[in-house]
Amino acid sequence: MNFTLKVWRQASPKAKGEFKTYQVSNISPDTSFLEMLDILNNNLIHEGQDPVAFDHDCREGICGACSLFINGHAHGPDTLITTCQLHMRKFKDGETITIEPWRSAAFPVIKDLVVNRQAFDQILQSGGFISVNTGGVPDANAIPISKKDADESMDAAACIGCGACVATCKNGSAMLFVAARVSSLAKLPQGRIEAARRAKAMVAKMDELGFGACTNTGACEAECPKGISIAHIARLNREFLSAKFQD
Amino acid sequence: MSILDSKIPEGPLAQKWSKHKAEIKVVSPANKRKLDVIVIGTGLGGASAAASLGELGYNVKVFCISDSPRRAHSIAAQGGINAAKNYQNDNDSVFRLFYDTIKGGDYRAREANVYRLAEVANSIIDQCVAQGVPFARDYGGLLDNRSFGGAQVSRTFYARGQTGQQLLLGAYAALNRQVNKGSVKSYPRYEMLDLVVVDGKARGIIARNLVTGAIERFGAHAVVIASGGYGNVFFLSTNAMNSNGSAAWQCYKKGAMFANPCFTQIHPTCIPVHGDQQSKLTLMSESLRNDGRIWVPKKESDVAKLRSGAIKASQIPEEDRDYYLERRYPAFGNLVPRDVASRAAKERCDAGFGVNSTGLAVYLDFSTAIKRLGRNVIEQRYGNLFQMYEKITDVNPYDEPMMIYPAVHYTMGGIWVDYNLMTTIPGLYAIGEANFSDHGANRLGASALMQGLADGYFVLPYTIGDYLSHEIQSPKVDTNAPEFVAAEKAIREKIAKLFSVNGTLSPDDIHKELGHIMWDNVGMARSEESLKKALVEIPKLREKFWKNVRVAGKGEEFNQELEKALRLADFLEMGELMARDALNRNESCGGHFRVEYQTSEGETLRDDQNYAYVAIWEYKGDAEPVMYKEELKFEAVKLAQRNYKD
Repeated sequence: MNFTLKVWRQASPKAKGEFKTYQVSNISPDTSFLEMLDILNNNLIHEGQDPVAFDHDCREGICGACSLFINGHAHGPDTLITTCQLHMRKFKDGETITIEPWRSAAFPVIKDLVVNRQAFDQILQSGGFISVNTGGVPDANAIPISKKDADESMDAAACIGCGACVATCKNGSAMLFVAARVSSLAKLPQGRIEAARRAKAMVAKMDELGFGACTNTGACEAECPKGISIAHIARLNREFLSAKFQD
Repeated sequence: MSILDSKIPEGPLAQKWSKHKAEIKVVSPANKRKLDVIVIGTGLGGASAAASLGELGYNVKVFCISDSPRRAHSIAAQGGINAAKNYQNDNDSVFRLFYDTIKGGDYRAREANVYRLAEVANSIIDQCVAQGVPFARDYGGLLDNRSFGGAQVSRTFYARGQTGQQLLLGAYAALNRQVNKGSVKSYPRYEMLDLVVVDGKARGIIARNLVTGAIERFGAHAVVIASGGYGNVFFLSTNAMNSNGSAAWQCYKKGAMFANPCFTQIHPTCIPVHGDQQSKLTLMSESLRNDGRIWVPKKESDVAKLRSGAIKASQIPEEDRDYYLERRYPAFGNLVPRDVASRAAKERCDAGFGVNSTGLAVYLDFSTAIKRLGRNVIEQRYGNLFQMYEKITDVNPYDEPMMIYPAVHYTMGGIWVDYNLMTTIPGLYAIGEANFSDHGANRLGASALMQGLADGYFVLPYTIGDYLSHEIQSPKVDTNAPEFVAAEKAIREKIAKLFSVNGTLSPDDIHKELGHIMWDNVGMARSEESLKKALVEIPKLREKFWKNVRVAGKGEEFNQELEKALRLADFLEMGELMARDALNRNESCGGHFRVEYQTSEGETLRDDQNYAYVAIWEYKGDAEPVMYKEELKFEAVKLAQRNYKD
């Protein structure tokens, strides 16, 4: 298969970026999208040009490193997968593919398609944990948890922190990301104890870091590679409101 | 040699750890505040260690190469974590977990370390539940278990097919809590490029800020290496693309000895290679072998039809299928250890029964389980793995069996450590996959997560105190000391040298070549001949690298090509040590299979008389490395040919 690629190139955080056009040819349909970019980069190196920088690591859809806005969609046209799991068989031979970085004020570009997502770490550092030290905890089976609650907690915990929700949201809101963590811990008895404190701290940090407000368009859910439901946002709102009432 | 004192405590096996803990020194809270610790890596080992040390009151700096600590490769572990809770009432015990691990490792691990691992494993499960890890539960609200290879009990705790992710998010949350409190400072997108040793003690690191390219110095009273394994020396492996052995390798070159480098795990259930543009291999969890049955056709005529696409696997009748693991190993069946399953797959494919166009694939079939349990049960258990398989291969595994083949997955070898997890450099520790100590010649499934967290939560935080108790008088480390200046200068020169080559081959071009040499000669089947060949070819390739590599861009910027080149320079040295170690070990054990040493049935043939030791290598610059031996003494288990048949 052959493709024309329009790729966002930006030398550094402050440099002005622009789209550059490249051709790749003889790509097998079984090649993954990132392998296709590897091929492009190897060609560029052989031609003495600077390869395209992009984040990636596990290439199994779990580490959350890969990003990429492909033809206007976070993680490309396929659903419920990350960019690294996208394969070229999902594109038409001869197609022009536009590749951009996540675009959000809270995720500044570092180089080309690589952005800085440390704001996510900062949100979780503000309260995305259960305050227990190592050791001195009860036996694992001392806290029975209904299968339903454990499953729902796990559904929310599947978030990989990739940032597709923020990149997709027209307001650049991180509500789905925050809600997933708040919800996952709030569904468990051991997480209930500081649920209110957690919700307040994480929402405050999100606001402080320049993420936008949620206007319930549901775009985040549609593009989330892990299918995290916006029902978690409703739960976050409940936790947040009840925390405010307690004040 | 006194330097290789393993410091295994005296006394009965079951009491060694308790006795040791009672005897080692502790540091007072006031003094902990004065002590700095550097942790390299934020996988299960690094994150749990950094968080626990921060909780204790040490000043911790934690470094990772990814943009967030949460992305360390532990996140990709799928199947589960072992512990001898005996929640299933199936007669599990600490001793049984210990025994299975020693046996699974083909009797090449240290008894005392493995026993301690089995002993603290139960606390890990308690800890993770307290942190909010959503392990799978039964309807009564209690924890569920599944079975893994090399065990006849159900002791594996899991969170769907994302156990590593959930455990890492637990450790990462504990880490975040300490970052919030100010006891841990996190340095994402930093890569350790050298270890700094002052007066014989580890005193800090030189690291590159991967965003700006700045070379920076960091001092500490102790350094903990938790940088994972070196499986990517093979280019194609199940490791993440950025996983590398460089941090460990720099320690080796600064005097930390390296143990059993040839012990590499080839995982039996990975998606087969599809072409020469492939960048990495994807693992399909071992948990699938709970319900999946592995087979190839009995008839060569069926193989030909499958390869040409004339028939589908599901059309081959039951009686024409060879469930070769069930046939060869009736007692363990599809749940034999990984090395055994991998070799059996290779044996069938080498005999001409491989089922895909390359002839390098076998089936992992769920049709029996779907018939017995229903599709929805299988979907609940493995849904995300099935989805992952379908996205990659475009084949729906509910209808047609998965195709799988062995791939490089884990390295049991690593930096040599004593019972305290300290390397041969005082003040330098190695934990998790980066050390060598617990898995012998083959790691059992669901034991990597167990070891990473055991080391980080429950072993290192105790043992490091014993060393640091002698450091309370040491002032803050001066990073302007000549040793830091010299180390930084050497790094700058190395980077300048890489750019100055300005050749025609990309780092990936050369890495792929290295991968072929390693897989063909130091892979699943090794021989004296193949290893000698590798020892000729690797140095030649290394020379080619330094003469003809092209590193695009410059040093003072975000530069992924420079990252690759620096890591590859080390892989090109590590590969050689792996081959050397494999050549020295004239026996087969676990994942190390020398074709000259096998039983008439093709099983590993150990030589306990001559090789029941840990091979420990010391760097000697341009001269050949020197090997020392740590004899393995077995007091609690009897050495025996591994038997998974009955």
